[in-house]
Amino acid sequence: MDMFMEYVWAFLIGGLLCAIGQVLIDLTKLTPARILTSYVVAGVILGALGLYEPIVELAGGGATVPLTGFGYLLSKGVREAVDQNGILGAFMGGFTNAAVGIAAAIFFGLIAALVFKSGSKINET
Amino acid sequence: MNISNQEYGRLAKRLSPPSAMYKTIPLAFVIGGGICVLGEALLNIYQMLGLDMEKAGMLTSMSLIFLSALFTGLKLYDRIAQHAGAGTLVPITGFANSVVSPALDFKSEGFVLGLGAKMFVIAGPVIVYGISASIVYGLIYYITTLF
Repeated sequence: MDMFMEYVWAFLIGGLLCAIGQVLIDLTKLTPARILTSYVVAGVILGALGLYEPIVELAGGGATVPLTGFGYLLSKGVREAVDQNGILGAFMGGFTNAAVGIAAAIFFGLIAALVFKSGSKINET
Repeated sequence: MNISNQEYGRLAKRLSPPSAMYKTIPLAFVIGGGICVLGEALLNIYQMLGLDMEKAGMLTSMSLIFLSALFTGLKLYDRIAQHAGAGTLVPITGFANSVVSPALDFKSEGFVLGLGAKMFVIAGPVIVYGISASIVYGLIYYITTLF
């Protein structure tokens, strides 16, 4: 039952974060780039204030999969790096924790761009 | 002004009247929530395989990014995104899609300034402001540790 509730919370919190993004798209002129950027920065701020950690504990993937979770990861990395390395850590922790995500996006992006043909089929509709 | 078919499609979509919010918001909620549930499932599977929480989280991100690159390459991600809106944008798969999609579209303009540079059209600003915000926080946090 615990396991089941975990998935329910992941669905609800993850869905809520996406729904907020959709409200922003529908009501404002925010472009996808601005929404992604705002989400990451919001995640850094919420993480810094200690407000995101409880959401991660409750919702797991529901909090870490949305891009606010990426921002939270950056703030967590910086805090740990400063604890270990002092002021230098402020310039280390973000990239340390973002490394896998950014490297994976770059590498899989390159492979996909090489393997697949360009020319999207979006226009068919 | 030179404009490719894809850019025109995107522009036309952005400028056309938005579809009704009673449809877009629930769709974003359900599809976005679904992607998060997939993430939660992967997280549990990797932990069951003996990885600690941190490594399982990294591998989950990596897996979702891989799937997103694959679906973007197969032209399926954009098709789902037309209905899901923010539901496919806000999760990390949307970040991956924002990297893969321009890389594919601009491959024809060359491997360095086409594929290589355009890859960061959206990811670039995300990294610039995300990392900068984290550095500001790091500096503030460092000062608080002094007292």
